[in-house]
Amino acid sequence: MMAETVERLSEVAKQVTGYVYPNDVEVQWSILIVLYPYLTGLVAGAFILASLVKVFNVKAVEPTYRLALLTALAFLLVAPIPLQAHLGHPERAFWIFLAPNPTSAMAMFGFVYAWYLMVVLLLEIWFVYRKDMVLYARQTRAPLRWVYKVLSLFSRDVSEPALQFDKKMVKGITIIGIPSAFLLHGYVGFIFGSVKANPWWSSVLMPIVFLFSAIVSGIALVLLLYMIITPTRGEKIDMPCLDTMASYLFYAVIVDFSLECLDFVHRLYESEESIKILSALVFNKLIVSLLVMQVLLGMIVPFLIMVIIKLWNIDEELRKLLYFVSAILIQVGIFSTRWNVVIGGQMFSKSFRGLTAYKMELGGIEGLFVAVAFLVLPFVVLWVLTKLLPPWGKPEEATAPAAS
Amino acid sequence: MNRRRFLQQLASWLVSLGGVGAIAGRQSATASVPEHPETKRFGMAIDVDKCIGCARCMEACKTENAVPPEPFFFRTWVERYVIKEDGEAVVSSLGAPTGQHMEVAEEKDRLRSFFVPKLCNQCEHPPCVQVCPVRATFKTPEGVVLVDSTRCIGCRYCIQACPYGARYLHPETKTADKCTFCYQRVTKELLPACVEVCPTQARIFGDTSTPASPLERVRRMNKIHVLKAHLNTDPKVIYANLDGEVR
Repeated sequence: MMAETVERLSEVAKQVTGYVYPNDVEVQWSILIVLYPYLTGLVAGAFILASLVKVFNVKAVEPTYRLALLTALAFLLVAPIPLQAHLGHPERAFWIFLAPNPTSAMAMFGFVYAWYLMVVLLLEIWFVYRKDMVLYARQTRAPLRWVYKVLSLFSRDVSEPALQFDKKMVKGITIIGIPSAFLLHGYVGFIFGSVKANPWWSSVLMPIVFLFSAIVSGIALVLLLYMIITPTRGEKIDMPCLDTMASYLFYAVIVDFSLECLDFVHRLYESEESIKILSALVFNKLIVSLLVMQVLLGMIVPFLIMVIIKLWNIDEELRKLLYFVSAILIQVGIFSTRWNVVIGGQMFSKSFRGLTAYKMELGGIEGLFVAVAFLVLPFVVLWVLTKLLPPWGKPEEATAPAAS
Repeated sequence: MNRRRFLQQLASWLVSLGGVGAIAGRQSATASVPEHPETKRFGMAIDVDKCIGCARCMEACKTENAVPPEPFFFRTWVERYVIKEDGEAVVSSLGAPTGQHMEVAEEKDRLRSFFVPKLCNQCEHPPCVQVCPVRATFKTPEGVVLVDSTRCIGCRYCIQACPYGARYLHPETKTADKCTFCYQRVTKELLPACVEVCPTQARIFGDTSTPASPLERVRRMNKIHVLKAHLNTDPKVIYANLDGEVR
């Protein structure tokens, strides 16, 4: 292990420019830490899309409501795995729960995560699906029947007052859920934004920029999933739903882009001590990932596409194609945003005099293949969830009643 | 107000006043008598003008503290500054690998040059202690910031939070590591290894709470500066004769 690390660092050292503190040659947070804010951002964004239906009464996006909730759950379940895998001592991670340091933003992760998973997502999904689970438990055969019985916590009441109570609970949880989703991703932004040693991270805007980029990425993901899943199930895409989702995506992109521009202008105008090294960072190390992928492909192109859609009356098929392309570009852009924050923030030394390099491995726990696996895993989890709790159709229509 | 009620209220006032008095008295008592009168407060002064860049401190530190010998892991290091005629600073670190694009100042361009030893600044307000999620990094009663390597989970948040680049992830233990002021030595009345071997006494170690210590003498006799003062970390490693180019 030691020999590998030294060999890797020797390679990196050759690419160092200027003067970096000797301990700063190594980029400590790898691609796995890039995944973490990306995945949690998708969770927060998908949940906020779902809450549009229940709290803000946006009926048009109702067809994606359950899919958005399950997407949020699937990604939330996977989000902490790359963090765990990145630790030097994963077997000691439980100390974060047992003896957390109250002044550490990272220590709060356990509590924010547990709150969001247990109090918000699982509870809301349970109330949304309770009736369905009770009916599935009646209609399916063992052993699936037992699975549904356990999932529904052995509840059997599907009377009208009980269903009304479910509805009331869902609304209540969603109202708590919106600030919780803000907290979940805002706090991830705070983990970076509160590091005063690092001028690339240290910004009061960081949690807010994270939040809006989360909303952008979450809506874009559910839009993509909806556009892929609906035709494969032989159904027609609900155009008003798609248009409304795209509108919200458009507004979120505008806010996100404005915030990022504000951050940029503010830094440039203040021109503090770090401005030289940050400019060197952007123009030497982040030209492709920041200027091309994040700003041009991830922001400006999708923004222009959506402006065109708003201004001109474009026919349905072309509109679908344009939405699809925009959503993919936005995903690429937001992933690049996370990359530029996490990796970019470590590529300059705190000496403010030099740049180091990040050499991503292919294999190994912190390598590209593992990272891709962690990106695919939430979709596998989502597939299992949709098999168990189909977000479309009603159980009466979906399954024939069991013989009993 | 009847008499009974008056007496009841009077009694409750007296009890609360007594409580406030007791707390105030306790506070003034703790203010005048230190809780651990024997506890020292360690600090280090570095006289930049005395450093000759021999790097013996770096060597002694690696030997004393079993720091990996490879040039990517340092508890202490010495920076070499060359200020050119045009004012530009060319910086390198002794013993550390230099990149391919490293600039070397020509002899004729040199205006002045000097060496600056660096190490953990043992901050009074350490960002590393603040961010450690499991309290593996902590401050001892003597003010020394240490890492409990049996508790550290290797998340590296402290390495990100340190403004001085003083921490690294130990490639074998997979935990954060940094200068401890040679805690194993200084608690036995010995000097830190780097101070012990310095041939020019450029490093002065001592107790900041003793006015007669050599450290306090440095503070009296010199203009003192600390690194990155604007970050409000309040370092206990202080520099005499520091150049404005040093970060």
